[in-house]
Amino acid sequence: MRKPAWHKNHLVNTTTPGANSAIFPISTPEKREITTKPRFSDKVFRGVATVGGLSSLVILGLILIFLGYQGFQVLRSEGFGFITGSNWQVMQDNAGNTDLSASSFGIAAMLVGTLLCAALAVLIAVPISVLCALYLTFYAPQFLKKIMVAIIDLMAAFPSILFGMWGFFILMPHVEYWAKLIHKYFGWFPLFKMDVPVFTRSPFVAGVVLAIMIIPIITSVSREIFSQTPLDRVQAAYALGATRWSMIRAVVIPYGKSGVVGGAMLGLGRAMGETVAVYTVLNLVYQINWQVLIGAGGNVASMILLKFGEAGPTETRALMAAGLVLFLLTLLVNSIANTIVSRTGGKGR
Amino acid sequence: METKATPSSLSDVANANKARKQPGSGALGVGLEARGIHAWFGDKLVLRDISLDFWSGTVTALIGPSGCGKSTFIRTLNRMHEFIPGAAMAGEVLLNGQDIYEQGTDVTKIRLKVGMVFQKPNPFPSMTIADNVLAGLKLAQLKSENKDDLLEECLERAGLWNEVKDRLSAYGGSLSGGQQQRLCIARSLAVRPEVLLMDEPCSALDPGSTLKIEETIQHLSSSMTIIIVTHNMQQAARVSDYTGFFLSDGGPGELVEVGPTSEIFSRPKDIRTENYVTGRFG
Repeated sequence: MRKPAWHKNHLVNTTTPGANSAIFPISTPEKREITTKPRFSDKVFRGVATVGGLSSLVILGLILIFLGYQGFQVLRSEGFGFITGSNWQVMQDNAGNTDLSASSFGIAAMLVGTLLCAALAVLIAVPISVLCALYLTFYAPQFLKKIMVAIIDLMAAFPSILFGMWGFFILMPHVEYWAKLIHKYFGWFPLFKMDVPVFTRSPFVAGVVLAIMIIPIITSVSREIFSQTPLDRVQAAYALGATRWSMIRAVVIPYGKSGVVGGAMLGLGRAMGETVAVYTVLNLVYQINWQVLIGAGGNVASMILLKFGEAGPTETRALMAAGLVLFLLTLLVNSIANTIVSRTGGKGR
Repeated sequence: METKATPSSLSDVANANKARKQPGSGALGVGLEARGIHAWFGDKLVLRDISLDFWSGTVTALIGPSGCGKSTFIRTLNRMHEFIPGAAMAGEVLLNGQDIYEQGTDVTKIRLKVGMVFQKPNPFPSMTIADNVLAGLKLAQLKSENKDDLLEECLERAGLWNEVKDRLSAYGGSLSGGQQQRLCIARSLAVRPEVLLMDEPCSALDPGSTLKIEETIQHLSSSMTIIIVTHNMQQAARVSDYTGFFLSDGGPGELVEVGPTSEIFSRPKDIRTENYVTGRFG
């Protein structure tokens, strides 16, 4: 190809910065400060948004300070025994005052129970929620989808005592059958051992109730993320002769994985903090019990509810300390979950 | 060769393209036939009565202004059209004489035979380069005797092998846009389609990558039927054997004229085609 006539001139006239610097030394200028003058309305809104944003942080901080202040005395006298011991005993001296050094407060059994019930709930709820979300996103006919989404959103806002009552009146009478069934086939697994034949009010029942409570949350989060799967990837899979199932496996699941984990963590947080529903169906026992089928469990929030009404000043402080530990545990679990999500989230996006 | 930046050079390009083809290397028989295709979105008719034959071993370019239904048309050819809610069609598409819209047809088998490359490169980001190429086998639950050979063959045919052979286990998203698009072509080839539909495959790419993809199309055209939608008339002139011109006057899109590419760009029969290819509108 012949070069156009202007090509040569263009080259001659070109002055590149590099060519210049050989003749004239270039001094690098100071970096300029880049500013803008916001309008009044913008300043006002900025203030309002800042107040809104910080208020949640302030409230959270105040709660934390309050709990810490109240629980400090008990935590100091118990030390690590507060989270490793399982004894909860209030001793009073002759004058009727609580004797802190003779009393013992330990919530290890409650912590173990909380984690056990919550983990069980997540294990039951996640597969059901993911299937439900996949059905709603990719299979359900339009009218059914609308109805189901409305019902699931309603379920998320249901008062938890109703779930507790369902667990108590409907699930509990049948739990012996299920517990025996699980024990028969999975008894080799330590969690499903059964040393004492007491079936009702077990962590298993609490786990099932909690699972039903968190299914709506995990389902909505999963559905949201599945429906955002980039259409071009979905089409690419179909154009390669994918069936709906193989498309979901190759495109939707990798894309939505981190979102599902995030939803599961939201559910886990709710399950750990749930009070009334667990209180209704769980038998609180001050002894660490890992066997979920036996009717003896623990739960920090339910314990606080149980003890709160009749507690004296010192025991109330101990309950505040328990609340603080639950708060920190939830925080810890959530931050671990966040780390997992950010580690696994990158791929597939 | 002298190329002038005038519209008439299109016919030169088309003629040069025609001359380069070996005599007899063209049509091997009808691969895909569209018969009276109409398409709707909801109640709106967007395509009226398109009939076109696509011959094996040829490249057909579909040109026309935006919104004239070219993309909709090629999406009816592998049944991707029906994914859009409210989409409907009439007419028939015959693949080796068999209507692909016949009741009881397994649509996944149709899409294996009629592959598609999209406007925006869309490799699966969760998969490696190698997995991307072989994704079709997994998605369609096909078995392959020798995956390594197939991988190399497909990447070779898509003109990407030399650039990626040392990093097959890197993720598909790490490639440049043009490489990603060739990866998508390789991915389509792995399931051995008879027809390849390309919906503006170069519109998101730089000129260098475009050239590579055009070379790839030239290589592939000897063994399969290729249908390419393009807004770039130079591209249509460079790569295609036949060109169809689509136009919509506000209503449904129609096929104005179809013929050998060199004739469409030098002696179009319809005045509207002439106006379009000479750059008077569009």
